[in-house]
Amino acid sequence: MKPLQTALRHIRRAPYQAIAAISTCMLTFTIAAIFIMVALGSSQILKFFETRPEVTVFFKDEASPNQIFSVKEKLEKTGITASVRYISKEEALEIYREENKSDPLLLEMVTANILPASLEISAHDPALLKTIAEMVKSEPIVEEVLFQEDIISSLTKWTNAIRITGITLVLAFAFQTFTIFLIIIGMKISLKREEIEILNLIGASKWDIKAPFIYEGIIYGLTGGFLSWVFAVTALLYATPFLVSFLAGLPVLPVPLWFYPLLLGGILAAGFILGSLGSLVAVRRFLK
Amino acid sequence: MITFDKVTKNYGNITALSEITFSISQGEFAFLTGPSGSGKTTIIKLLLREITPTSGTIKIGDVDIKKLKPDKIPILRRRLGVVFQDFKLLPDRTVFENVALTLEILGEEKKSIPKKVKDILAITELLDRANLFPAQLAGGELQRAVIARAVVGKPDLLLADEPTGNLDPTTSSQIMKLLKTIHQKGTTILMATHNAGIVNEMTQRVISLKKGKLIKDEQSGKYPHKD
Repeated sequence: MKPLQTALRHIRRAPYQAIAAISTCMLTFTIAAIFIMVALGSSQILKFFETRPEVTVFFKDEASPNQIFSVKEKLEKTGITASVRYISKEEALEIYREENKSDPLLLEMVTANILPASLEISAHDPALLKTIAEMVKSEPIVEEVLFQEDIISSLTKWTNAIRITGITLVLAFAFQTFTIFLIIIGMKISLKREEIEILNLIGASKWDIKAPFIYEGIIYGLTGGFLSWVFAVTALLYATPFLVSFLAGLPVLPVPLWFYPLLLGGILAAGFILGSLGSLVAVRRFLK
Repeated sequence: MITFDKVTKNYGNITALSEITFSISQGEFAFLTGPSGSGKTTIIKLLLREITPTSGTIKIGDVDIKKLKPDKIPILRRRLGVVFQDFKLLPDRTVFENVALTLEILGEEKKSIPKKVKDILAITELLDRANLFPAQLAGGELQRAVIARAVVGKPDLLLADEPTGNLDPTTSSQIMKLLKTIHQKGTTILMATHNAGIVNEMTQRVISLKKGKLIKDEQSGKYPHKD
């Protein structure tokens, strides 16, 4: 028996049912691909902010480097900091000059003395930022404490919301696709009752009869998955120039090359599972 | 080859077969005759294991087919060739593909299938119709295609259920000639028919049924009833 050829013939003979199944599957996986890209992108942005020196501690002019180093040591001993970097007045001046090199007016009259020394602290867990900030605020030599709590918390909120919305939508669409597969393959089995009866009478095994329907579901899943990948990747490549300028300074785009085959592999695996599951249930239900 | 031992088949209160006993040897050609409702098709269905007897034993070779497990039924059917009155060809496959299907089911080597199909299509005079679909064939051609599908795998036994039932006398005669050729090549044939002309012309064994009972079993017999 040739289950693959038989499945392809079934598809050729009833193309509209195949189009319905494949387009539903494509829609599901396009939404999944877009949400995966958005979720990964926002995770990257969040990671970027999380790994930045989120707490910056500025010290009073009279604070000596030794005093600052003792604060640094104290922080490192807590174990909750990922890194603590000391920026001396001289280094601060260099950074200032580098950032404002295109504006000579801003460079005039600025010396290392008027810039404060600082510590740039990053944490393993962004939730601990506040604790670190409170801890250093109590030090008498500290002038000011800045940290990006708001950005992180709203980014975390957004990322979580995107993940939850994405997962919910994808699950809902996956269920719909599964149902469509079930209905279409069940319908085909019903329409081919006579053919199935003939195959039974001439000695075809159960697998000989079932296999073309299972292959058909898998073809729907894989084709829908592949088309959704083509669509999502094309959309991403098309939008990349705009997104690069929109997200300037954030290390998200361009997407690394390894991401594309990985996304394709994931979508095809999910398409295979969805297609085979839908057709297996249909075969079980309608081929009794 | 086939043994029916006191086989009874009831459908609810209706008795389709009652205590039928007969046997058919390897290489025999036997007619199963009788009017409509006499039980001919029930015997074919029992042999195909579409249904099971209410009582009695049916053996094909040494196999008691009543005791066959469901997963062994396809294996039994692969040993049989079946010719149906209503053809039962797959409408979306060509004559060639329909015939090749039997060999595919038998697990025949892919390379040898085209030659075997062409050989049988030559015998059944369908070579020039190989690439046509069933809807494009005439009644006699359809029946020849069914016979080709049934015998291409060289079955132990060919079951023919009213193979001339839907055909005109000339075409029926061609089909019988073909079945005779197949029988001469060594295939055992059991053919259900109520066509008295064919039975009388062939002078083969005739097993006659009436209302589910075996009323006559004659070597070189004649058709006993008038429908």
